[in-house]
Amino acid sequence: MKKTGTYQFASKPSIVSTAVSVGPLEKVSPFHPHFDFIYEDERIGQETNEKGHSQLIEDTCNMAVTKGGFQLQDIDLLLAGDLVNEMTPTNFAARQLATPFMGMFSACATSVSSLITASFFLETKLMDKVMFGAASQHNAVERQFRYPIEYGAQKPPTGQWTVTGGGYGILSHHQTGKPYVHSATIGQVMDCECTDPLDMGSAMAPAAFDTIQKHLAQNKGTSYDFVMTGDLGKNGFSILQELIKSSGVSSYLVDNYRDAGAEFYGNEEKFLSGASGAGCSATVYYGPIYAELLAGKWKKILLVATGALLSPLSFQQGETIPCIAHAVELSME
Amino acid sequence: MDAESYQKTVDQIAPKRPVLLNCMKAFLTGGIICAIGQLVSFVFMYFFSFTERTASNPSVATMVFLSMVLTGFGIYKKIGQFGGAGSAVPVTGFGNAVISAAIEHKSEGFILGVGVNMFKLAGPVIVYGVFSAFVVALIKTILVKMGVISW
Repeated sequence: MKKTGTYQFASKPSIVSTAVSVGPLEKVSPFHPHFDFIYEDERIGQETNEKGHSQLIEDTCNMAVTKGGFQLQDIDLLLAGDLVNEMTPTNFAARQLATPFMGMFSACATSVSSLITASFFLETKLMDKVMFGAASQHNAVERQFRYPIEYGAQKPPTGQWTVTGGGYGILSHHQTGKPYVHSATIGQVMDCECTDPLDMGSAMAPAAFDTIQKHLAQNKGTSYDFVMTGDLGKNGFSILQELIKSSGVSSYLVDNYRDAGAEFYGNEEKFLSGASGAGCSATVYYGPIYAELLAGKWKKILLVATGALLSPLSFQQGETIPCIAHAVELSME
Repeated sequence: MDAESYQKTVDQIAPKRPVLLNCMKAFLTGGIICAIGQLVSFVFMYFFSFTERTASNPSVATMVFLSMVLTGFGIYKKIGQFGGAGSAVPVTGFGNAVISAAIEHKSEGFILGVGVNMFKLAGPVIVYGVFSAFVVALIKTILVKMGVISW
């Protein structure tokens, strides 16, 4: 039988601390009360976007450690990533943090793939505290994947806005009163032959659908407060809802689907289809959603981060856009 | 899920570019830019000693300068989002393409950054502009030599 990639974590590793910081533009987000820190400067006071990106990662990781009452030397491993070539922002931040480190790349799904990997490490009991998360910086990512920031190209209504922000958490052994990782589904790469890099939502929706379907099939009878995808945006999210409706998956006990990207900037038209970027799901999941879990507002949720696995080169060479989605089920007792 | 039926679903749901509205916006934006260009050209003709033929060079330079200033202040991208091709096709769009790339790559230095990347977006316009001018000139020369048309 084909493996579904779904795993349960019997040791129920808990997310004991998180920290989220964002750029100045992200102030407009309805989620902003739950962001730990909002920078006034898009470049985080650094001379280049990439240095600012790195600084944001370093600051946010430090914040996650401090908020949990730990020290950097308590961290067994940092698992994190971003979208810039060769992941220099994360690698350079890890140089400053000087903890054991492994880079992770699942494009915008890194927020969840890093948490899933951390859960496996915790399950083995070889490690005590694993820091996970992801970040993106608008200018650094846009210049790499699209045009120069000041170039006057018209974006279509399906276009999305890369978030400046990072979200990091620390996973440790089970603690009562803290949200824990119940189970996870490792997604497979899906390609429905979408080619438009200004319509990532359409490209990613099938991957999200596939992973959600697999996860729910393995957890029949479970009732979720909601299932939240990462950064499908308004367009991709509409498509996901259509896929769910026409497939009958909705007969499972989920009636509430949400998308972090679609909700991130509210209804500001400037942001077109909504937010995207590795920092989108990371800031929402480990900021507001984590806070609400902690406050007991939610008991069981499924977070499904989605990533488009393209590069500027693959797009220019006419390749389609393969996508992936990883799901993690968080519970609060 | 097969790709073909999925693409049909996408076509049904994904919001379409409002082509007609975009065309009107482009017409308006491009029209205004060109009207300003014409005005600049008149200024050179009436207040300086330029003729209709010679006024075009300083007019183009002025328009490119204006677009560079607007790009530097982050205004041109907003005009671009509204006007689309209307702000991309006139010479101001060319200026925007050059200066935006120059600003973007300043962090990599003046040689490897600005120098190498300045024409990253505008380069194709120059390459194919020069090449098509060459082809057209070649055709015309041949036709003139054959006596089909005259200069």
